[in-house]
Amino acid sequence: MSDLRIGVLGIQGAYARHAEMLSSAGVAAEIIKYREQLSGITGLVIPGGESTTLTRMMGFRIDYEDILNFAAAFPVFGTCAGLILLGTGCKDPRIRQLGFLDAVVTRNAYGSQKESFTEEITLAFDPGKHFHAIFIRAPKILSTGRSVRVLAAYGNQPVLIESGMHLGASFHPELTQDSRIHRYFIQKVKEINDGKTRRTA
Amino acid sequence: MKKGAFEVKAGLSEMLKGGVIMDVTNVDQAKIAEDAGAVSVMALERIPADIRAHGGIARMSNPDMILKIREAVSIPVMAKCRIGHFAEAQILQEIGVDFIDESEVLTPADEENHIWKKDFRVPFVCGCRDLGEALRRIGEGAALIRTKGEPGTGDIVEAVRHMRKVMMQIRKLTILDKSELMTEAKHLGAPFEIVEWVAENGRLPVPNFAAGGVATPADASLMMQLGAETVFVGSGIFMSDDPKPRAEAIVKAVTHYDDPAALAEISKRLKEAMVGISASGLEEKEKMANRGW
Repeated sequence: MSDLRIGVLGIQGAYARHAEMLSSAGVAAEIIKYREQLSGITGLVIPGGESTTLTRMMGFRIDYEDILNFAAAFPVFGTCAGLILLGTGCKDPRIRQLGFLDAVVTRNAYGSQKESFTEEITLAFDPGKHFHAIFIRAPKILSTGRSVRVLAAYGNQPVLIESGMHLGASFHPELTQDSRIHRYFIQKVKEINDGKTRRTA
Repeated sequence: MKKGAFEVKAGLSEMLKGGVIMDVTNVDQAKIAEDAGAVSVMALERIPADIRAHGGIARMSNPDMILKIREAVSIPVMAKCRIGHFAEAQILQEIGVDFIDESEVLTPADEENHIWKKDFRVPFVCGCRDLGEALRRIGEGAALIRTKGEPGTGDIVEAVRHMRKVMMQIRKLTILDKSELMTEAKHLGAPFEIVEWVAENGRLPVPNFAAGGVATPADASLMMQLGAETVFVGSGIFMSDDPKPRAEAIVKAVTHYDDPAALAEISKRLKEAMVGISASGLEEKEKMANRGW
């Protein structure tokens, strides 16, 4: 096990599954419910769940600004609702976005649950083997800015994107047994950490 | 593209974890629920407490009423069908509800069989009083299990009984010898393969939520500490004196269920909870939890 500690925002949603996935990839995972906990981690996962609930719960024991400050310094990986929060351009007043991924994301874009689906997609960083992507009342990435790199698409629709140190997926890698995307995120956290250590040394 | 796989159905159950699902009977209530941070709303014409008082046959709600609520909110919408009434379930799936509750709150349509839920693309939640009942429903394809509790009473005692029973029976399976599992499956009246899975993994194969009698933040915390992963609140919110703050309080209580300081702060400002009726004062034939087989 490395000495990295990655947090998973534990307000609501599939946070335990993300923590299990990180642990299985050899990283200490911590469920984050309080602002004080952010000082002990160097990367954060914002899980799927309901983006309205996540927005509503900000300001009780952890603030929107706490996450904003954290994401300015450390990598954040958002899945589904987490992607919506990381993105921009969602016109829904019930949602407050962080804007760290320059991508316009729209909520629940495929219809009701009966339209939820699975699809085999190709990861740009590991194209040899398909990734089994599970889309649940999924958001759609409508457009991306110049800083954004598309790491996987479904048709012509980006579904996995990165911008600098941040990563976002409209599907749920935490519900599979395939940890490649989590490992990719862990690598980003490692690189940022190593960079910071070198600067302070 | 493949739709309706079990992992997609159970996946929505995973997304509801750590949240609160609220019963609502109109658009205004649905908006209050969403605004308070509910992860989902259950659209129904009457809340369980009123179904109890009203008597008569309780059926699936009018699709028009469900659709109005669906248009008003962005969170998943659930609706109830009668136990065994697969035609009601087909209609609910057709109009696009996100989750179907095959519920003992409504008058059962079949006194021997539940719906074969594997035929549907939309996920189902079913109630249980013990592990055998939970595993029978999972065998039929349920993607989510909840306790039955005693709906519409505001009395948590039955939900506690059911959750404790399920968790105790799960723990028991994990310590039994492999050669004892078949007989245990026989006693539980549960499918052997699922019994074997639970014995190996120490949990249900689908998320396990609490329902039936939750009225306060403390009730929600109690159920979470006993092993629930999310809480349904039926009559508890809109029968109380202060639906909006109570809804918000219960949402916070589920996230911080293991933090008494947060729970104290959350509970302080609330007015009277629903008056409720004692579940132990009900005749056996009045208990909704006895419906389902």
